[in-house]
Amino acid sequence: MKPIWNDTQEYDLKSGKYVKIWQGPQHPGVTGNMSLELLLEGDEIKWLKTHVGYLHRGFEKLMERRKFINCFPIVCRICVPEPDTNEYLFAAATEELSGIEIPERAKWIRALNLEMARLAATIMGLGGQAASFGLGTIGQWAVAHRDFLLDSFEELTGGRIYHMYMIPGGVRYDIPEGFAGRLEKTLVKIEKLISDIDKVMFNNAVFKSRAKGLGIIPKDWIEPFGITGTTARGSGVNYDVRKDHPYLVYDRLDFEVNVGTDGDVYERSLIRKEESLLSIRLIRQILSKMPKTGPVRTFIPDILHWKIPAGETYLKAESGRGEYGYYMVTDGSEYPRRVHVKGASYTHAMALLEKLGEGVTNADIFGLMVSLQTCPPEIER
Amino acid sequence: MSLKDIISPFNAWKRAFEKPDTIVKPLSERDGADLYRGFHTNDIEKCIGCGSCEEICQNASIDLVDVASIQAKSGDSGLRPLIDYGRCCWCALCVDICPTGSLKMSNDYTWVTDDSDAFRFIPGVDKKKWDNSEKGYKSFKEAWLVNPNREHASEKAPDIRKHDFDEYAEGFSDEQALVEAGRCLECGICIQACPTHMDIPKYISAIRKGNLEEGLRIMYETNPMLEACGRICTAKCEDVCAVGHNGKPIAIRSLKRYIGDKTFRKKDEIMDLKPVQQTGKKVGIIGGGPAGLTAAFYLRRLGHAVTIYEQHDKLGGMLKWGIPDYRLPADVLQREIDFIIRQGIDVKYNVKIGKDISFDQLHKDNDAVFIGVGAQIGSDMPIRGMDTEGVYSGVEFLEKVSKGEKPFVGKYAVVVGGGNTSIDAARSSIRLGANAKILYRRTEQEMPANREEIREAKEEGADLMILSTPTKIEKLPSGGLKIECLKMELGEPDSSGRRRPVPKEGSEFYIEADVCIMAVGQKVEPEFSESIGLKVTKWGTFEVHSDTLRSNDKVFAGGDCQTGPDDAIRAVAAGKTAAYFIDKQFKG
Ligand code: SF4
Ligand code: SF4
Repeated sequence: MKPIWNDTQEYDLKSGKYVKIWQGPQHPGVTGNMSLELLLEGDEIKWLKTHVGYLHRGFEKLMERRKFINCFPIVCRICVPEPDTNEYLFAAATEELSGIEIPERAKWIRALNLEMARLAATIMGLGGQAASFGLGTIGQWAVAHRDFLLDSFEELTGGRIYHMYMIPGGVRYDIPEGFAGRLEKTLVKIEKLISDIDKVMFNNAVFKSRAKGLGIIPKDWIEPFGITGTTARGSGVNYDVRKDHPYLVYDRLDFEVNVGTDGDVYERSLIRKEESLLSIRLIRQILSKMPKTGPVRTFIPDILHWKIPAGETYLKAESGRGEYGYYMVTDGSEYPRRVHVKGASYTHAMALLEKLGEGVTNADIFGLMVSLQTCPPEIER
Repeated sequence: MSLKDIISPFNAWKRAFEKPDTIVKPLSERDGADLYRGFHTNDIEKCIGCGSCEEICQNASIDLVDVASIQAKSGDSGLRPLIDYGRCCWCALCVDICPTGSLKMSNDYTWVTDDSDAFRFIPGVDKKKWDNSEKGYKSFKEAWLVNPNREHASEKAPDIRKHDFDEYAEGFSDEQALVEAGRCLECGICIQACPTHMDIPKYISAIRKGNLEEGLRIMYETNPMLEACGRICTAKCEDVCAVGHNGKPIAIRSLKRYIGDKTFRKKDEIMDLKPVQQTGKKVGIIGGGPAGLTAAFYLRRLGHAVTIYEQHDKLGGMLKWGIPDYRLPADVLQREIDFIIRQGIDVKYNVKIGKDISFDQLHKDNDAVFIGVGAQIGSDMPIRGMDTEGVYSGVEFLEKVSKGEKPFVGKYAVVVGGGNTSIDAARSSIRLGANAKILYRRTEQEMPANREEIREAKEEGADLMILSTPTKIEKLPSGGLKIECLKMELGEPDSSGRRRPVPKEGSEFYIEADVCIMAVGQKVEPEFSESIGLKVTKWGTFEVHSDTLRSNDKVFAGGDCQTGPDDAIRAVAAGKTAAYFIDKQFKG
C-alpha cells in the first residue's frame, strides 16, 4: 500500500510563486489553539502542516499524581465543548476496575447528561460550520440555543460548561423537580432552530456551493486514518459506539444511526443536523423510559484513600465528534498508574487535514477544519 | 442548485420579528441556578476547622488559617478555610466532604474588582455580598462523600449476657475494622479532645494500611493502657469526631481495641523495647492504678528506677476493682499490666504508705514521688440510715464483685447515683440475680454515665427512676430495706451548667428493697491525705500545679486523687504528664 501521506514535497519559496503563512494559534477561524502552516500559490493551498502543542496542560500526567477523586474535577477540562464524555469515561473506568456497579437510575441520568452535551456541542458545531462560510447569523443563533441548554446544565449540575456531575459511583445527586418540563421547552426551541437552519443553511446557494464537493473523504480512508463518528458516517461507514458497543442504557433505546454517502463537508454537516434531532429524540426517550425513583449513586467508601485493584481497561463512548476512549491502568494504589485519553478528533484533525487541505482555497480551509470537528483541547491532554 | 436555494435563506428575516431572548441587564437580572456553584459561603460558627476541605481540594485552593476572632476549643481547631479563587475550579468537592455542612456555595458568580489579592479570602469571616445567599450548591445527604454509618461489633444479647460476668462485646472483625477505619477523615480534631492526646488518625491509618504493628507502636507513644482503654474509655474523642456532625462518629475506641486484640500475643516482639541507659534516679509511685502504671512505664523508659507501692495484692486500681469483668476482663487488664511491669518495674504489693512504710521514708529513699492513689472511698449521702445493714457503697460493692465474692443483693437492689459506678453496680447486681433500680435525682440527659452504658443497662432490665432521691433508709422487720424517697424537679442551672434538682413538695414515696448501693461519688481516703501532710483542696484532693502536677520539691500527684473521681484516660494522661515533668526535673 502506498503511504497515504507524503511530506517530501518541496516548494521553492524564493521563486516568488508561493507564499507561506501561519494561521493560528490565535485566529478566529481556527477551532482552538492550534495553528496551520500554509503554503499558498495564489489562493490555493499547495502544502499544509498542522501544529499542535499550544494547549498542552498535561492532564494525563497530572492524573498520575492525583487521587482518583481528585481526577474527577479535572477530566472534564480535556474537552471544552463536550466535557461530559470525559467525566463519563473516567468514572466508568474507575468503576469497572474497582468492580462497582452503579444504580440503574444513575445510568439513565448519565445517558441523559451525555445526550444533552452532544446536542449542545452539535448545534454549536453547526453554527461554527455556517459561520466558517460567512453565515454568521446562524452561528449566533446556535450559540444562543446552546446557551439555553447550558441553562439546563446549570440547573441540573450547578455548572454551565464543566459540569462535574458524573462522579465515580453514579451522579452526584438526583434531577431537580420539574427539570424534564423545563428541558422540554428548550428542546422545542432547538427543534425550531434546526428547522430554520435547514432553510437558511442547507437550502442556501452559498453554503451549497462552498460545502459540496469540499474535503471529500473516500470511504477507504476511514480505516487507515482511524476516522470515527459523524465524519466517518458522512462517508458511508455505519459505525457508532452507541449502537455497535452499547454502554449505559443505549441498548434499551430505540434509534437508528444516520449514515451519508458523499463524504464532503455538506454531507457531514447534514449528518450533524440529523444527529442533533436524534439527540432530541433520545433525550425524550430517556426521560420517559427511565425509572422514576431510586438511588443515583453507589457509595464509595473511604474516598480520600480510594484504592483501585491493579488492572487495566479501555472504555469507549460515542462523543459528538466520534469515538472517545479512556485507557486506564491501575496498580492497587490510591493513584491511577496511567490514564490515556483518546480524543475523538485526534485522528481527524492533523494528518487528515493535512491531506485534505491540499488544493483547497485559503478561504475554505476553516470550513474544512470545522467539518472535521477539530478540537485542540482534546488533541492535547 | 435551484432558485429555492437563493430564496430560502431569506427565511432568516422571520426571526427579526420575534421577541428576543436577550435580557437587558444580564448581571442583575439573571440569578445563578438554585444549585449553582458560585463563590463559597461558610458558617463559621458551624465550621470546626477540620481541614477536610483542604485535604480534598485538588487545586490546593484551600488553606486553613488562624482567625483572630475564633478561639480554638475542644472539637474546633480555631482555623478556618481561606480560598484562593485564582486556583479554585468550582468543583464543590470541598462542599461534598465538609462534615459539618458549614461550607456551601452561593449562586453568585460575578464580582469585579481590580485588586487581585481580594480573590483570596476567608468565606464567612471576610464579609461578602453573597454571604446570606439562600441559593447555591449545598451538600446533599446523598452527595456526602463520607460514610455516615458506624460499624457495630457484635455483642451478646441482653438476655444472655445478664447472667454472667463474661465479656459481652466482641471486637471488630477485620472487615469491620477496615470499613470503620475507612470512614476516618484524618482531620485530627479528636487528638486534642483525648486527655492523653493519642495520635488517633495515625493509628487508624495504620489499620487502613493493614499495619497493626505500627498502630500498636503509635499507641504506646501516648498510652500504655490501650487495651483497657479500648474497652472502657469514655472516648471523649468520639464526642468531637468531625464525622459525628453529620453522621455517627468513628468508633475510635473499638478500633483501638481492635489493634490491641490483634497484637497482644506478639507485643514484646512488636514493641521490641531495648533496655535504655540507666540514670540512677529513683522514683517511688504510690498506687498501681492507671495513673501510677502509666507514670511507671514512661519513667522506666526514660531510664529511671521505679518502684510501685500497691496496697492491694494486684495492680490496676479502679480498672481492676471498680470495673466489672464483663466490661474489662481481668486477663486483658493483667496482660497489659504485665507488659508494663516487664519493663523492669519493681512492685511492692500489700503495702500501705503511712502504715507499713512512712511517707517520709519514701520521700527520703526516692528522688521523686508520684502519688496516684485514686479516689477510692465512696461518699455518703447525708441521710438517715446510711449505716443500716444492706446499704453498701458503690466502690465497696464493685470491689467485692471484682474479687469474686458475690455480695448479697437479694431480689431487689436499688442503686443511687447517675455515674458509671452506679450503672456498673446495677448491672452487676442484675448479674448476681437481682432486679435493679437506679435512682437519679436529675433526668437521664444529665446522667454523667456513658450513654451506651445507660442503654445497655436498660436492655438488661435495669429500671431507671429519674428525678428521685432517697431521704431515709430503714430496716423492715421482714429483713428488707425501706427506702423513703422524694420526687425532684429541675430548677435553674448550677455552676456545672446542669439544671439543679429541687425537691417537690409532698411527693414522698418509698421503695422496698433488699440492698441499697450508694454510688453518689468518691473521695480520696482522708486518713491517707492527712498522714502525708500535702496541701489538699476543699474536696480533699491533692493541690498541685495544674500543668506540671508538682506539689512540692519532689512530690507529684495525679489522677483521681488530684482531679476527684474521673475516668481512666485522664489518669493515664496524668501519669504521662507526671513522668514528663519528673524527668524534666531530674534533668534540671
Ligand atoms: S470541611 Fe467544613 S468544617 Fe471542616 S474546615 Fe472545611 S468548612 Fe470547616
Ligand atoms: S470548589 Fe473545588 S477547587 Fe474550589 S476550593 Fe472547593 S474543592 Fe477546591
